[in-house]
Amino acid sequence: MLKVSGLNTYYGHIHALKGIDLEIKKGEIVSLIGSNGAGKSTTLGSIAGLVRSQSGTVTFLDNDITNMPPHNIVKLGISLSPEGREVFPALTVHENLKLGAYIKNDKRSIADSYERVYELFPRLKERIKQTAGTLSGGEQQMLAIGRALMSEPQLLMLDEPSLGLAPNLVLLVFELIESINKQGTTILLIEQNASMALSISHRAYVLETGKITMEGLAKDLADDPRVRKAYLGA
Amino acid sequence: MSGLTRNCVARVIIQQLFNGLALGMAYALIAVGYSLVFGILRLINFSHGSIYAFSAHMALLFIGMQFGVIPAIAMSIVLTGLLGVIIDKTALEPLRKKNSIPMAALITTIGMSNIIQNLLMIFFNTERKPFPAFFDFGMIKLGNLQINSTQVVMCIVSLALLILLTLIINKTKLGLSMRATEQNAKAASLMGINTNFIISFTFFMGGASAAIAGALISGYYQIVYPGMGFMVGLKAFAAAVLGGIGVLYGSVVGGLVVGVSESFAATFIGSSYRDSIAFIILILVLILRPTGLFGKKDIKKV
Repeated sequence: MLKVSGLNTYYGHIHALKGIDLEIKKGEIVSLIGSNGAGKSTTLGSIAGLVRSQSGTVTFLDNDITNMPPHNIVKLGISLSPEGREVFPALTVHENLKLGAYIKNDKRSIADSYERVYELFPRLKERIKQTAGTLSGGEQQMLAIGRALMSEPQLLMLDEPSLGLAPNLVLLVFELIESINKQGTTILLIEQNASMALSISHRAYVLETGKITMEGLAKDLADDPRVRKAYLGA
Repeated sequence: MSGLTRNCVARVIIQQLFNGLALGMAYALIAVGYSLVFGILRLINFSHGSIYAFSAHMALLFIGMQFGVIPAIAMSIVLTGLLGVIIDKTALEPLRKKNSIPMAALITTIGMSNIIQNLLMIFFNTERKPFPAFFDFGMIKLGNLQINSTQVVMCIVSLALLILLTLIINKTKLGLSMRATEQNAKAASLMGINTNFIISFTFFMGGASAAIAGALISGYYQIVYPGMGFMVGLKAFAAAVLGGIGVLYGSVVGGLVVGVSESFAATFIGSSYRDSIAFIILILVLILRPTGLFGKKDIKKV
């Protein structure tokens, strides 16, 4: 469904991505693991159109989306829940979700999306009229994920969805990611919490200083001594 | 003091109040242009005063071509809105793309202001040209009070437009995407919002409101000249800052404060004070409330 080949991205003189190749098939959960500064967020940013890449291609469902503006990429069915949540602080929960469905015009399908999101996150329904800035970190994270789901994406990209959450909420978020995937959404996941990420993923890529150094089935990587030593703290 | 003079003073006060309210509402229309652009780009568009002067000249040009006053003004509104978009597309958007420092965009707007004003001088001469008093319906009698109908028209038209603008921003999908872009342009683009279009639309609305104010103020004073936007632009900017820049109703209150104080200063202190009083009030308010009367505390973009 998504194919990235030979992607090179620079920030000024910093060569952030050095020829990334990756592929995601329909229905998968794929995670990118790696330490800070390895290029995980830049990879998602390049796919979503937020960051310009200098060479390489990104194809999604037979469309070349390399360096396409982000608002057109969303329309093709890729949604990103960005690092740091990035909710609209002065808008209400409901307005944030409404913006998530910005590309949709069909009233009934928008209503279905609200229902689905409120079913996944009942907490959001209780806070429907509250502004996003007054929500707790966990609630904002739920809002960011819910908002990304409102466009009914075929590929949902989640950048650090568990960052800064209490341990019981981390478990909940991962359960939700699995259930979103079971409902038919393909997922590309970035996580610091590599063991959790690998436990719910089908496949994974390991990123080190802008290069993919390992790839394979998540359970094989979870058993790999190098991964265990570097990312699983074992 | 005799009853007659007291009556006379009361009448002057009331008449100056209406004069101030009318001017103030027109200032508010210009001030929202500063406010809208500031809200979305955190940029003070100093070309706004010249945009206003441009609109009055366009209206005059089309009136001269026998289009009729209202169609001429309608054409001026559209053209002036487009001028705002052109300024952004040609000079400001390239700077944003290169992530230039905010100061570069600010100085660019000052440059644009001079270019527009200069072009107006070249094509229309520097002299003061008469503008038709197209909405003068004589005096309106309210009991034993006489109010100039032009002032009433200015108040009503401006108020209606400001209400319309508020409704667009608060109740429509376009308005929601404007507010989203204002708060977080990156996240807005991830929602599928074409943020460049939203910015263009904002410039268009700012230009169009300035053009309506241009038609009203020109019809009120019945005079048009290339430098007319300088002082009015600064006063409207003062009104926007006074009310809290980025807050729409703040611009309205700011505009009224500036308009009324100007009108009273001209009558009771002397007409040479009319241009400085707005700024004296601005400085006093800013010392007490640095974010303006209704300004939000955190104005920094995150």
